[in-house]
Amino acid sequence: MHTKTLHEVKELINKKEISCVELTKSTFDRISKVDDKIGAYLQLDEEGALKKAREVDEKIQRGEETSFLAGIPMAIKDNICVEGLKTTCASKILENFVAPYDAHVTKKLKENDAVIIGKLNMDEFAMGSSSENSAFKKVKNPFDLERVPGGSSGGSAAAVAAGEAYYTLGSDTGGSIRQPASLCGVVGLKPTYGRISRYGLVAFASSLDQIGPFTKDVEDCAHVLNVIAGHDSMDSTSAKVEVEDYTKYLNQDIKGMKIGIPKEYFAEGLNPEIRGIIENGIEVLKKLGAEIKEISLPMSKYALAVYYILASSEASSNLARFDGIRYGFRAEDFEDVVDLYVKSRSQGFGDEVKRRIMLGTYALSAGYYDAYYKKALKVRTLIIQEYKKAFEEVDVILTPTSPTVAFKLGEKSNNPLEMYLSDIYTVPINIAGVPAISIPAGFVDGLPVGMQLIGDYFKEGTLLKVSHAFERETEFTKVKPSI
Amino acid sequence: MSVTIKDVEYVAKLARLEFNEEEKQKFTEELNNILGYVEMLQEVDTDGVEISIGAYRVVNALREDEVKPSFDREKMLQNAPDSQDGYVKVPKVIE
Amino acid sequence: MEFEAVIGLEVHAELSTKTKIYCGCTTEFGGEQNTHCCPVCMGLPGALPVLNKEVVSYAIKAGLALNCEINKETYMARKNYFYPDCPKNYQITQDETPLCSNGYIEIALEDGVKKVGIHRIHIEEDAGKALHREDGTYVDFNRSGVPLIEIVSKPDMRSAQEAKMYLENLKAILQYTEVSDCKMEEGSLRCDANVSIRPKGTSEFGVKTEIKNMNSFKAVEKAIEFEIKRQIEAIKNGEKIVQETRRWDEVKGETIVMRSKEEAHDYRYFPEPDMVYLEVDDKWIENIKASLPELPEMKKARYINEYGLPDYDAGILTSSKALAGYFEETVAKGANPKDASNWIMGEVLRTLNDREMTIEDIKVKPEDLAKLIELINNGTITGTIAKKVFKDMFETGDNPEKIVKEKGMVQISDENAIRDIVNKVLDENPQSVEDFKNGKTKAMGFVVGQVMKASKGKANPQLVNKLVEEELQKR
Ligand SMILES: [Zn+2]
Repeated sequence: MHTKTLHEVKELINKKEISCVELTKSTFDRISKVDDKIGAYLQLDEEGALKKAREVDEKIQRGEETSFLAGIPMAIKDNICVEGLKTTCASKILENFVAPYDAHVTKKLKENDAVIIGKLNMDEFAMGSSSENSAFKKVKNPFDLERVPGGSSGGSAAAVAAGEAYYTLGSDTGGSIRQPASLCGVVGLKPTYGRISRYGLVAFASSLDQIGPFTKDVEDCAHVLNVIAGHDSMDSTSAKVEVEDYTKYLNQDIKGMKIGIPKEYFAEGLNPEIRGIIENGIEVLKKLGAEIKEISLPMSKYALAVYYILASSEASSNLARFDGIRYGFRAEDFEDVVDLYVKSRSQGFGDEVKRRIMLGTYALSAGYYDAYYKKALKVRTLIIQEYKKAFEEVDVILTPTSPTVAFKLGEKSNNPLEMYLSDIYTVPINIAGVPAISIPAGFVDGLPVGMQLIGDYFKEGTLLKVSHAFERETEFTKVKPSI
Repeated sequence: MSVTIKDVEYVAKLARLEFNEEEKQKFTEELNNILGYVEMLQEVDTDGVEISIGAYRVVNALREDEVKPSFDREKMLQNAPDSQDGYVKVPKVIE
Repeated sequence: MEFEAVIGLEVHAELSTKTKIYCGCTTEFGGEQNTHCCPVCMGLPGALPVLNKEVVSYAIKAGLALNCEINKETYMARKNYFYPDCPKNYQITQDETPLCSNGYIEIALEDGVKKVGIHRIHIEEDAGKALHREDGTYVDFNRSGVPLIEIVSKPDMRSAQEAKMYLENLKAILQYTEVSDCKMEEGSLRCDANVSIRPKGTSEFGVKTEIKNMNSFKAVEKAIEFEIKRQIEAIKNGEKIVQETRRWDEVKGETIVMRSKEEAHDYRYFPEPDMVYLEVDDKWIENIKASLPELPEMKKARYINEYGLPDYDAGILTSSKALAGYFEETVAKGANPKDASNWIMGEVLRTLNDREMTIEDIKVKPEDLAKLIELINNGTITGTIAKKVFKDMFETGDNPEKIVKEKGMVQISDENAIRDIVNKVLDENPQSVEDFKNGKTKAMGFVVGQVMKASKGKANPQLVNKLVEEELQKR
């Protein structure tokens, strides 16, 4: 059962071949079998999940109409609030924080009768590319337990890959959905900035963060997006753009669609085997009738620098609220209130979080704001303009998702700058705010490789259309880890 | 622009963080590495370029002035490490 | 060397909205601690701010009333600092783009009207309230997120007196426009002052100090006066003024150092990424302009031109919206504007001041004051009696006719009755008669006074005058 997709189990439920309670129980069985090895979950809510599953079964019995997501087990990254459950952000500082409210996406999922089975492991406060920065335990890649699942939404990617949930939610600030999706062989979508409300997502970098789904295939992705996308009056940055039925983009012909290949993304630093896989992917799309066009995005090389300034600066301010006063960890011995702040924060945050807070505080401090933050905001404008111009010429841009396959645990944890380079292909997309998806495109030595498709603002449909055509033509989403 | 230990100490104070000498040394190096990398932004000509707050321009996300029920105090204070008589309590702050 | 002071004021006024600036919690004053709170105003992880439209409207209204330019495109900014009453450890305010800028307030000086410039007005959120007790600091977040405007003046004031006048006029304008109720005791109006001195006639600014913790206009005046004196003395003693923040100590009557510049904050302002651009179009501004009430200056001019009131009286009457309203209501109920003004400027304000009350607290209804004036003018009571009646009205809130009737205070206008009293008084005071005959007209005044006293103030004064003179001539 655990290898089935969301739409496959939905069909079984519709045919009454399985009940939601049975499905939920089987998922918990699967978790208890494999999660000791994977480490995807930080918290499980079996009682709540079964209660919900029972409710949905009763609804079905009464012949009531139910949502596509009704009764199907899913899980949420631990930086998204679910009322009554802990939201730890994989940080000691929030170890015991019980969310008193639901995030907007949680509310949407609950309204659609999703069965929320637990909260997923991640890099602390979503800062990292390997999920090794969790304060509680490391997540392992289901395809190779000695390797990382990517990050920061490593738990969300690994849980879907290992069949511990039918779909999950993650968040993506610089690649935190797409890179782990690539490394774990699943589909991960980072929608347009503002497509999904951030209300209840614990902010890392407000102007870059976006929630998105992890699914086993592209079809599932469209179904989940249908539910969680949309305007929310509680999030000022949430877009008032109408939500389409994304499933209408499935099973479409892509003949004549223009696909841009930015030459800068295929330069040095890209693993040649990955290059081969992506070139193969380009061939597949060509065969399907797409028109391939080489384009140039020269500003992309500045994206990572812009990202580290903006993300760290925003983070330094966003994380100021974790001070041991209204919630969260409070250190034991302190002399006064300043000492309480310093000790609680120094003991509560991990190294990577401190590193970003330090960088961001420095970049915003007196005398440096113009040189760093303001400069980065201006370069951001240029990157945005470049993407806008590119989409006047092409429908979709195709790149690798990650320059490497899953690396070994500990391999990069002592070199922050090298770790940051894992995000080189994904970061520009967050700077521009456009949507992008990573879909399985092949394997190198049994390790999954993802292909990134980037779309114009609010053109998630176009991404799903091309991705689904690719998926139908290839079998990569069907390959499961042997765990 | 090169970061010194003194800068690290100043920034740590602003950020309400503390480090031992070894960590300070490490952060000084790391910040210098990262800022060295970021230095490449200076080569971009941004004369006359507007700043971008957010990925694209959104204006006037406004709310009507209508009262919504507040949260139960119990819920608002449930995570507080120290609270008393409905207040959040902290060590005495001397003005 | 003669010095002059350079003073700038930063005023925070709480806006009259129903809800907070970034969430739907009520702004009502006096709720039980931490009951007007939600994830947004308590700074919970994941909560996001959404700007209250009415806050923008009120700020624009204040800007227009204070002769400002309205900036059509602005954005919010974060001001970062750690303090237990600041739930996010940053305040969402405006930095590089204030909503309003470049306005002024007029103050009336002896040598003419002076314009005090307003540098900027921006919108921001208030912090919670920290109560410092013996065993710790207790924080209530009800006030966290209450909308404020900060009005920053230009350094245009030259004395504590000017600063006080600026504040009084500012308060009047904010009250007239109903932008803020300006209750200092509830913290809805707060003021900090920047003070420096320089040799008279120079244009360079001296080193300034910032003074905080002044809880009344009187305190502002006293604190600035003290600070100017302190700085002048320091300079004369060869000391240097240091840039620092000082606290006004009401009890000691002096300013005390809070923190020096070295300890000053590095606020790390940057555009608030959780919010979007604020665009104000002409239509919005025009609508607000059309809704502006008559402002104090306009009202004052009208009182002078239309009612013929003296400049000083018109200024006092328009100094608060409530007082002007009281005056206008009294006139509307039939009182002659000059009489109404005289009464309000006289008995009404004197009595209120004696009791440390304001016009909002008065029991005397405007229509009853108008009635009282009518009773004098139609000869029912004398002016002296009227003052007594007013005292009663002030205490009880009763109408004047009832008081006059119950206490038998109706004026005596019967010539014979008054003549009897006059003769009785003259009989008892032969010395006065003698004095009068010797050409000392002053004596007549004394007799009149005695007659009024004997009639318990009820005798018609004109008649008394006439009859005293007649009877004196006879003797
Ligand atoms: Zn609130």
